[in-house]
Amino acid sequence: MAPSRLSTAQVSRLRLIVIQALVFSLLATLGVRLFYLQVRHGDAYQAAAASQSKREIVRQPVRGIIVDAQGRPLVTNRSAWVVSLDQGVLDGLDDADKVTLMKRVAKAVDVSPKKQNEAIANWSGTRYQPVPIATDVSESTALRILEQPEDFPGVVAEKQTLRSYPSPYGINAAGVLGYLSPITEDENDNAKERGDESLNNTSMVGRSGVEKEYDQWLRGMPGYDTVTVDHVGREIGRGDSVASQPGDTLVTSIDAKVQGRAEKLLAESIETARGTFDKITGRNYEADSGSVVVMEAQTGRLVAMASQPTYDPEEWVGGITQKQLDRLYSEKAGYPLLPRATQGQFAPGSTWKPFMTVGALNNGYSRDTLLDCSSGLQVGNRWFKNYESAAYGNITFAQALELSCDTFFYRIAVNYWQKYGSNPADIKAKDPLVNTAKAFGFGKRTGIDLPGESAGRIADRKWKAEYYEAMKDYYCRMDEKKNAPTSFLQLFAHEFCVEGNYYRTGDAVNFSIGQGDTMVTPIQLARAYASLANGGTLYEPRVGKAVVSGDGTVVEKIDPKVAGKVKMSAKSIDYVNEALLGTPRSGTLAWKFGGFPLDEVKVRGKTGTAEVTGKQTTGWVATYNKKYVVIMTVSQGGTGSGAVGDAVRKLWESLYGIEEGGAEVRPGKAAIKGIDPPRNLPAFGSDGSIVAPKD
Amino acid sequence: MKNDVMAFVRRIDLVLLGAVLVLVSLSVLFVWSATVHRDALTGGDTTAYLRKQIINVAVGLVLMVGVVATNHRWVRMLTPVVYLGAIVGLVLVLVMGSTINGSKSWVTLGPVQVQPSELAKLAVVIAMALVLAERSEGRWQARVSLGDVVAMILVAAVPIVLVLLQPDLGTTLVLGVTVFCVLAAAGTPRRWLALLALTGLAGATTVVATGVLKEYQIHRFMAFTDPALDPRGAGYNVQQARIAIGDGGIFGQGLFQGSQARAGFVPEQHTDFIFTVVGEELGLVGSLLVIGLIGVVLWRGLRIAARTDDLFGRVAAAGIVCWLGIQSFQNIGMCLGIMPVTGVPLPLLSYGGSSMIAALLAVGLLLGISARSRRTGLDRSGPLQDLRSRDRLQVAAVRKDVAFHRQ
Repeated sequence: MAPSRLSTAQVSRLRLIVIQALVFSLLATLGVRLFYLQVRHGDAYQAAAASQSKREIVRQPVRGIIVDAQGRPLVTNRSAWVVSLDQGVLDGLDDADKVTLMKRVAKAVDVSPKKQNEAIANWSGTRYQPVPIATDVSESTALRILEQPEDFPGVVAEKQTLRSYPSPYGINAAGVLGYLSPITEDENDNAKERGDESLNNTSMVGRSGVEKEYDQWLRGMPGYDTVTVDHVGREIGRGDSVASQPGDTLVTSIDAKVQGRAEKLLAESIETARGTFDKITGRNYEADSGSVVVMEAQTGRLVAMASQPTYDPEEWVGGITQKQLDRLYSEKAGYPLLPRATQGQFAPGSTWKPFMTVGALNNGYSRDTLLDCSSGLQVGNRWFKNYESAAYGNITFAQALELSCDTFFYRIAVNYWQKYGSNPADIKAKDPLVNTAKAFGFGKRTGIDLPGESAGRIADRKWKAEYYEAMKDYYCRMDEKKNAPTSFLQLFAHEFCVEGNYYRTGDAVNFSIGQGDTMVTPIQLARAYASLANGGTLYEPRVGKAVVSGDGTVVEKIDPKVAGKVKMSAKSIDYVNEALLGTPRSGTLAWKFGGFPLDEVKVRGKTGTAEVTGKQTTGWVATYNKKYVVIMTVSQGGTGSGAVGDAVRKLWESLYGIEEGGAEVRPGKAAIKGIDPPRNLPAFGSDGSIVAPKD
Repeated sequence: MKNDVMAFVRRIDLVLLGAVLVLVSLSVLFVWSATVHRDALTGGDTTAYLRKQIINVAVGLVLMVGVVATNHRWVRMLTPVVYLGAIVGLVLVLVMGSTINGSKSWVTLGPVQVQPSELAKLAVVIAMALVLAERSEGRWQARVSLGDVVAMILVAAVPIVLVLLQPDLGTTLVLGVTVFCVLAAAGTPRRWLALLALTGLAGATTVVATGVLKEYQIHRFMAFTDPALDPRGAGYNVQQARIAIGDGGIFGQGLFQGSQARAGFVPEQHTDFIFTVVGEELGLVGSLLVIGLIGVVLWRGLRIAARTDDLFGRVAAAGIVCWLGIQSFQNIGMCLGIMPVTGVPLPLLSYGGSSMIAALLAVGLLLGISARSRRTGLDRSGPLQDLRSRDRLQVAAVRKDVAFHRQ
């Protein structure tokens, strides 16, 4: 019996129904899946499609320029041909072709294949951004690369804007201006996290000076072009584009003419010092570094500021080589990246005395006080010598300043120490001189608009106790093991271990004349002298004067900022101002200021010669009148007046249009015409022209 | 005589014909859109593939008309020729074929490249139908015997083995399912079908388990579940196909406007991945329309199978529907990421002469069968109603048939 009563034909037709059902359910499956891909997840796939077929090409903005107070460009931009390698294309080549290509590129732009590979390996940008291998390529080379793409696959030649330093009046000003270098991965990630669109992975970032401080104004806003690309990354069309916005212009209070003069004079002083024999050490002065600051006394704005040694900011343009970088960081080159004016810390020496005078006058002493300027003073078991002057007997504060008598101030320090601080371990003991130094802003950052400023150091009781805590293990072990390299150090280690935290009379004595462990930066000293000139106002020094947009509108005015008032009597400050007039007339600067029209240009001054253990002396000259403060120092350069006295005088001559060695003030010939620094900003034409300010 | 011809033409399934003509026209457009920006492929001649596909379609349509016009007897007599031709082609491929995408499936004859495996699918279907028809008609027996099934399987096995040797896994799968479908449509008892299915499954499992397939082949096959298995090969295709289709959204980006198509992200877009052009440029609406048109073709094919009394015609028509259906599902499913990436074209849409001609020949057969079907039919809605109506009309005949067998 057959298993089925249906005929084959009928079975076959039934099967067709089953087949039809299956076929249509398969088609329905496809429909459901289509819905899932195109509607449910359509957005995600559309985004994926856009991300692989659209590419944003960043257009870096033109960085804002930096000008001086007269509108002279200090930092501008230039365009240069840059040749880069596109990794994406390079990776697509086989090894032999790649080697041939790199050899060909090496021949064209004179960068060896090894260096090309290094540049690619060290590249911080993404794979889609070409790696620059040669900057400032000649136009003919660039055009040849552009015109023969078949010979140079993946080689990109394009015009880029680079920093340019027109160097008016031969200025260098590296410590003020700073330099740029490519953004790091961390910085880029941080910017992304913050949602900061002004930075991207090929941005250049200011690394020091005003380039860093005002980076966010200068950098501008990048634009982008959207291009559609095919599956191998070739451009097949263009989409939206947003133009980049150039950065704003920074107007500084620097005057290029004064800056140029100050730099030249500093360099000459160092040169001269190096040719001068030091009788104490029996060799020529090292003059390893130096600094000059010219500040507006009434505002705290900087007119000029320079340091030695320095570097050429041009070195950073288009990428710095490892060799150049090694030199900039080397001790042998004297750490040229360190701007001494704001980051160099030196013992102030006798330039400290005017502040000590103000302190004493406000703490029990009077203008009539007479103290013995002896040739030395026995303090405990030590004999403190009067380094800088002869013995003059009983003299006034004014004479003590003019002659720079040390023992005069020793007596004040000893007096205070005996009165308030005879317990050497009491770190809270009152100390009028230390308080005075703090009142004049020493021991903390001035707040200047330059990055990396040093705070200096006031070697008071607290500092000594902290230093002892930090170092006692080291010295006590040395004392215990008796393994010090010299017998002096062995003795020192022993004393330090036993009572290194004690603030003794000797410490107070050293402090009173700016010797010992107290250190200041040239900018701190300049601002403290400015406070004497302006009657007691401490400013945060400023380099930036205004941020101005490309069309000339002022985006941000940078006003002088008062950091504080020196709480000392006006009389005491007036007294010091009067007394310091004597220094260039008949005091320690007189031999350098002979013939200078001091009646017209009332320059006050103080010299300083700071002792530094194991080194030659640091020379200081601090001068000021109501308008300007001029401070100059050379480390290991001898006495203050000897090392930089001439230079300081010449700088004053420039500021007042006085002929070298002359006696006539000529405002029309002054470095800043009319002598006074401009109050207004230079005018910016819409065509990019800059006109000097009218006052 | 003239009346006969008119009656013949009037009986042709115009719905089927219309759907096919729309599909092949769309094919020309899609192929053009997929190749117009592909300079590497076209050598800069933006209409090169447009022209070639027009020729493919034209040749296919001429051959289709030829098949429709050919006398039924002649079709049956030509079947062994087609079958042998396919076998010879497949052997030639193995002997002198050119390797494309890892398997040999092309043979170059003068200026044209032929893919015999495309023809083999049609050949297997009609050869199986012929074997069954010849055997059962010859001995006045309506029931499918074991001998019939074995004979059909043997006929199918030769080309399948040859295709497997290329190795063309995709075509093998399509052929396997088609053969199963033909056997089912022929009325093979369920138990035998079940046995066959189990044997097939066991065979596939053995192949995977014994490591005949290399790991990369398995990865490639499974890449549709996880593109990371073969990220530079099939996985990339899967990913790009999904992105392109997903990019289309509901209404698509417009013909010739697909960003992914223009940029050439989807490999083999004009051939195996032609459906990604549909998906991206015409969106969900256009894709459903194309799937709907394919559905119409399959529905009409089954309707034709159901309405013909001729055993050869019915089995051949059902086989053709199975073949076109399973291949369409496999191809579109591959583009949508629910079927493995195997190199089978989308019938009537993908670029390529061999597949276009094979599919249009098959359509020609369907149209011919529809035109020669003796019955006018009571109802046009498909095999289900058709069976019912037939039962009502021919109860007597069926009973007689049953009685005959019970004797």
